[in-house]
Amino acid sequence: MDIKLTINEEEKRFSIEPGEILLDSLRDAGYTSVKEGCKTGDCGACMVLVDGKAMTSCTMFTAQARGNDIKTVKGLNDELAEKLKQSFLDMGAVQCGFCIPGMLISAYSLLSSNPDPTKREIKAALDGNICRCTGYVKQIQAIKRAAEKWEKQENV
Amino acid sequence: MSEQKKRFDVVNKNLQKVDGEALVNGKKVFTDDLHRQTDLVAKILSSPIAHGEITNIDTSKAENIPGVELILHHRNVPRVPYTTAGQGYPEPSPYDAYMFDRKVRYVGDRVAAVAGRSWDAVEKGLEAIEVEFNELEPILDPKESRKSSVTIHDEESSTGIYDPQKNIAAHVDINIGNPEEIINKSDIVVKQKCSTQFAQHAPLEPHISVAQLDPQDRLIIHTSTQVPFHVRRIVSKILDIPIRQIRVIKPRVGGAFGVKQEVLLEDIVSLIALRTKKSVKVRYTREEEFRSSRTRHPIEVEVTLGADRNGKLQAITMEALSNTGAYGTHALTVLSNVGSKTLPLYNKAPNIHFFGDAVYTNLPISGAYRGYGAPQGYFPLEVAIDKLAEETGMDPLEIRKLNHIREGETSPIFEKLGEGREGIVQYIHSCKLNKCIDLGAKEIGWKNRKQVKKSQKNEDKARGFGVTINMQGSGIPLVDLAAARLKLNEDGSFNLYVGATDLGTGSDTVLGQIAAEQLGVDLDKIVVYSSDTDFTPFDSGAYASSTTYVSGNAVKKAAGKVKSKILTMAAEYYDLRVEDLSIHEGQIVSSNQTFELSEIALLSTSSKLETDQQQIEASASEVPEESPPPFSAHFVELEVDTRTGEIKILKYVAAVDCGTAINPNLAEGQMEGAIVNGIGYALTEQMEFNDSGTMINPSFFDYKIPNAEDIPEIEVILVESSEPTGPMGAKSVGEIGINGAIPAISNAVRDATGITLTEAPFTPEKVWKKLKEKSS
Repeated sequence: MDIKLTINEEEKRFSIEPGEILLDSLRDAGYTSVKEGCKTGDCGACMVLVDGKAMTSCTMFTAQARGNDIKTVKGLNDELAEKLKQSFLDMGAVQCGFCIPGMLISAYSLLSSNPDPTKREIKAALDGNICRCTGYVKQIQAIKRAAEKWEKQENV
Repeated sequence: MSEQKKRFDVVNKNLQKVDGEALVNGKKVFTDDLHRQTDLVAKILSSPIAHGEITNIDTSKAENIPGVELILHHRNVPRVPYTTAGQGYPEPSPYDAYMFDRKVRYVGDRVAAVAGRSWDAVEKGLEAIEVEFNELEPILDPKESRKSSVTIHDEESSTGIYDPQKNIAAHVDINIGNPEEIINKSDIVVKQKCSTQFAQHAPLEPHISVAQLDPQDRLIIHTSTQVPFHVRRIVSKILDIPIRQIRVIKPRVGGAFGVKQEVLLEDIVSLIALRTKKSVKVRYTREEEFRSSRTRHPIEVEVTLGADRNGKLQAITMEALSNTGAYGTHALTVLSNVGSKTLPLYNKAPNIHFFGDAVYTNLPISGAYRGYGAPQGYFPLEVAIDKLAEETGMDPLEIRKLNHIREGETSPIFEKLGEGREGIVQYIHSCKLNKCIDLGAKEIGWKNRKQVKKSQKNEDKARGFGVTINMQGSGIPLVDLAAARLKLNEDGSFNLYVGATDLGTGSDTVLGQIAAEQLGVDLDKIVVYSSDTDFTPFDSGAYASSTTYVSGNAVKKAAGKVKSKILTMAAEYYDLRVEDLSIHEGQIVSSNQTFELSEIALLSTSSKLETDQQQIEASASEVPEESPPPFSAHFVELEVDTRTGEIKILKYVAAVDCGTAINPNLAEGQMEGAIVNGIGYALTEQMEFNDSGTMINPSFFDYKIPNAEDIPEIEVILVESSEPTGPMGAKSVGEIGINGAIPAISNAVRDATGITLTEAPFTPEKVWKKLKEKSS
């Protein structure tokens, strides 16, 4: 079956099998920032933005994504995304980096709708992203700091 | 802190990871990103039974499935005994594994592998293989293993097993002084038995390996490993191909924690690539990772302390029964570390007996896991120390200060007990453990803890505070080898080639910082290339908390050699005395002149020098003669819900002496990650099995590792310290952080409720039962 999806603001044609999941379609098409850690919707490494909402692409059929605006971490390059990425790097929030694209998707989704989240809200937003390296401490700090910088800039 | 910061220009600074930019942008850096499309893919058929002989295997139907290209099983592969442990040669683990064997020894063991042109074809192929087993009685209880009439490794070809008939993979017994006799005469005796569970590493990236042949028919393996050089040697051995025909490349690794110190998939992809001449990939699913990779050794340890009435330790005995599962990979060394990484901490006890066995069972294979036996040993030891404090009426901090090792001191354990062999005599040059205890106590509010407990209003919640201290090591002395090579480029930058393996820990960055510091340049002048057996020099690999200390020293040496070659060339060219020259911030400095390093760099390969042109470069090897321990004190404040048995950690503080933190952010990150890993190990993580030995919770949904909402407030304190034998004063910090959670939580729960938790994980059910027992 041939379908068209909008990924990172580009229309792309996919030839898919029935039952094919979005994670596989994306990775096969070269969107390898979307990582596979469990394929059961538990780890969040495969998260993408679907119409601005963070979703695990391993629990979504590719065909379901028709008509949605799909974004991967590579497609996030506005100011907010850059602030988040730089903050993660500055704070030492990246170790192996395998969970990071998914975590940035969650963080971006959070800050897009809630520019000044509490620590508790940040933790809740990251709840679907497992990280085995960092213990989450620096990621929570990095998101808080990115939010502070983002808010300051928005207010200017 | 300020004084130390001034001493360094590049080291002890929070510089951005050299691979960070690529990682946050999700670039193609992991094995599957680089090799999404391969000619073939392959999967492993694993054993559905815990113990049995394969009496027949019929692959004819599977071979006829369109797309299936090759099936491997015990009848068509070499039968070479080896160990999957990626340890230095000769490995201290028994050679008791075979690529595919006639026997299966746990649910998840290898039976066959199918390679085909699509995942679909391969899965159909797996289903079509017909296997007949002669089922044997499995041993599922390590306590039964030694006396069982069943023998798990009855094959004659295996070597290095301590006592195959009794299912004992490894045995340790060291005795110093007269511990049993002294304990009998001691004023105070404390006995404590504790046990730990099967727990898994769960790196976010499961195991994956890709193999292909290059145009010269050399075998190229891309693999997510901690030990590229051991992979090359072990694949060469199993498949009987020369080492020169193999190149192993480690791309970025998505977490490892010890589970990738094993050669799990590389032999299979290699043989498929050699036989089909096609590129091939094997990757574990999460479920396969749970069932068939490696676990932490469950160990039951009994500690007996003998002390005088003032709390001074006189003798310690420690007996361990370790469950190595179906194969003996890391059996001896993990067992050794239960004692060797714990007992030297309390060197005031002159009489020590450490003994135990690692036994086979028909359960998943235990292997290397961050901490490597130390967490299992610290559990009873630190609970016992708290009980000793109670007996003497001393504060738990004071009893520890009275008995722990200090700078200038040694322990006979260092010499008697190494990793699977005798150790080395070693004195402690850096130990700021008292400061760790003091700073940690301040941060948790140790002094006020009794008031805090009293002020607790909700009577269903019992508040408690717990402490534990611990140490680890920095590499394996006289065993590890690390090498580094540096070459100067014409613009004054350097290529740094290290065999050392960055697993996400940040070691490429740390080693780059060490090189930059030694050379007098910024980190961005160092181009780090690591873990490629064709291009980088040998390194044992990333395990045993070795990289910062051992590989760091190799880098420092190589950088020192290169620097002296640069200065020699500069002195000759500018007609200066080499003794007057140094390099600072990328400039060659003499008493009254400065030159850009890039000038000499360009000159070195310029025809201006005619026959004196040269590639300025150097390499260096490092074999550590000591293993300086990092030290740490952990503190926990928690609440126990006395109605449900649920433990809620409110605050976790760990102060650590890891020498100079080369990159403080990354050092803290190692601690924080290990602490949360340890909290999971203490509270929720457990592989569970049914009566036939099948793991029943092989998913992140059922095997609960902590996520962001589960973590308490965590405070890591890097205590200022400098290790004279370490690069720029550094020790290692990769493992130590996992040693504290179990005993600190157990001690805090006793402080809160009076019950002693002795079996990890501390699930609400176990806590509730103990609370019931106590109240009835």
